[in-house]
Amino acid sequence: MLYREAGLFKTTYTADQALFPIPLDRYFVLAVLAVAFLVVPLVANEYWLQAVLIPFLVFSMAALGLNLLTGYAGQISLGTGGFMAVGAYMTYKIATGFPDLPIVVAFLLSGLCAAAVGVLFGIPSLRIKGFYLAVATLAAQFFLSWMFNKVPWFYNYSPSGTVTAPPRTLLGITVTGPEASAEVRYLLALTLVAVLALAAKNLVRGRVGRGWMAIRDMDIAAEIIGFRPYRTKLLAFAVSSFYCGVAGAMSLFLWLGSAETEAFSINVSFQVLFMVIIGGLGSILGSFLGAAFITLVPVFLTNAPQLVGLSMPVDLQKHIELMIFGGLIVFFLIVEPHGLARLWQIAKEKLRRWPFPY
Amino acid sequence: MAGERRIGEVILAVDQISLSFGGVRALENVSFDVRRGEIRAIIGPNGAGKSSMLNVINGFYHPQEGRITFKGQTRTQMRTHEAAEQGIARTFQNIALFKGMSTLDNLMTGRNLKMKVNFLLQALHVGPARREEIAHREFVERIIDFLEIQAVRKVPVGRLPYGLQKRVELGRALAAEPDLLLLDEPMAGMNSEEKEDMCRFILDVNEEFGTTIVLIEHDMGVVMDISDRVVVLDYGRLLADGSPDEVRRDQAVIDAYLGAVHD
Ligand SMILES: Nc1ncnc2c1ncn2[C@@H]1O[C@H](COP(=O)(O)OP(=O)(O)OP(=O)(O)O)[C@@H](O)[C@H]1O
Ligand SMILES: [Mg+2]
Repeated sequence: MLYREAGLFKTTYTADQALFPIPLDRYFVLAVLAVAFLVVPLVANEYWLQAVLIPFLVFSMAALGLNLLTGYAGQISLGTGGFMAVGAYMTYKIATGFPDLPIVVAFLLSGLCAAAVGVLFGIPSLRIKGFYLAVATLAAQFFLSWMFNKVPWFYNYSPSGTVTAPPRTLLGITVTGPEASAEVRYLLALTLVAVLALAAKNLVRGRVGRGWMAIRDMDIAAEIIGFRPYRTKLLAFAVSSFYCGVAGAMSLFLWLGSAETEAFSINVSFQVLFMVIIGGLGSILGSFLGAAFITLVPVFLTNAPQLVGLSMPVDLQKHIELMIFGGLIVFFLIVEPHGLARLWQIAKEKLRRWPFPY
Repeated sequence: MAGERRIGEVILAVDQISLSFGGVRALENVSFDVRRGEIRAIIGPNGAGKSSMLNVINGFYHPQEGRITFKGQTRTQMRTHEAAEQGIARTFQNIALFKGMSTLDNLMTGRNLKMKVNFLLQALHVGPARREEIAHREFVERIIDFLEIQAVRKVPVGRLPYGLQKRVELGRALAAEPDLLLLDEPMAGMNSEEKEDMCRFILDVNEEFGTTIVLIEHDMGVVMDISDRVVVLDYGRLLADGSPDEVRRDQAVIDAYLGAVHD
């Protein structure tokens, strides 16, 4: 019995409602955070930071956002890429328009812009559900891509149509632009993700999250006990798009450095949706697991064949990648809609009973 | 009936309600009232319009004609969440719980209208947000004790057996501390032991909290036992209205029920 829950008797509701009521979980999360903040920047090389960890953080943020909307509030969206684009382009506009504004403030402001756009495109959700809503959010995706491509104001009339993160400092350290080191960008991304993930966890365990889940599970009953469907759904769109917007800003400023609208295309929307499905709908942890999985599989396919002395052509690798994702998505949708997070939970339950079979 | 129960003024007046779906007349010119603190039963054969009546009262169906007066306020149309804000809670004939959420969370949703802490404080989960959550958790725990569902507190309700789900649904409605509680066949599909429990809960709620209850039930024994007054509907029309004894002796009711099958 390595992992114990039985035998722990909480004597107050405060203890029972704690973020991680089981001590071992608490220590585990603290240990992960300590490693992520203190050890990783010391040991990880440029390749790992730039090709694995930073994209993982960017996608974790986006997956968190989409999971709040789809996993918790039950509103499907294919507009993630579009909302990320809003965050990226608005941060660019704010950072270049107000060079003295702290860059983190620009991130958050553009998150608010994305939230407003999310609410706008969430309005159809008051009328339509499921497949039709997916199509409506797809329209948002295409419209936003088109707009950031076609309106030169958004990319400051640069002839190439690309936006490039300007150098900005935070507490005297360069955090964005070509001079910013991967370690610093990683740490800033990690901080944003840690803080916003905590906020998301707080929201979903309180009244707001219960309202979202109620609307998801049975909207009629939710209204009958007093949740206003309009408010609840639009709040989900706002919060979700805020997270996606910040993810977009992180993507441009902390990961890619410069980008075009292609970086926020429909492919990104699908990728984030896959993360949420594979990781686990309606689970904060699942958002991270899904993001890790989808960012790690390509890395694994690139490196594994070489380790055993084989070489794999790049296009074959891409095909295998798609097959793995496709197979897993079908598997999870049919067999385990709660994704990797649920498998993790089952593993914990097994661990709790170990070494007894029952 | 317990002597100390106090039945007060009219809390709900249903006035000449007519409701139709296309060609189907679900309710035709139905009027009755409910007094504060009483247990009011609605009975009638299948398809008589009983559930439709509850749906009209809590704003889910909008009648073509007629008025509803609740706590002195008259309305013709209203959204269901507004009915909730005015103090009407209900359960459904086909359980309408939030299946993915635990028993505890289902009951906590019933408290949502009493929770006031703003979004930002909730995201931070500091001071007021934490205190509010705990205060309401305490209230909900009292309901959990009352309904004897402690053991399934953290279980997703989708996994609970039918009888317990009915109980959780009652709990969720009670969590809202309603002035008027609408119960649509709370005992349907239960065995006699579960029925007895449910009867006891309904009587206790009514006695201890003074909650006014409108209840649809097919089991005549139960209806005669626990209700103060009975409304009989048949084909959407009001057939009879009075005490259980009066209704039982009513010739129109006897005729309507003759040959009808009851469980
Ligand atoms: N949403 C709806 N759309 C169309 N017809 C409806 C709707 N709801 C109810 N009806 C019709 O109205 C009539 C009354 O239905 P209602 O459900 O109120 O009956 P009931 O007395 O609750 O019956 P039961 O004992 O079977 O629950 C029925 O003929 C039913 O088909
Ligand atoms: Mg009915």
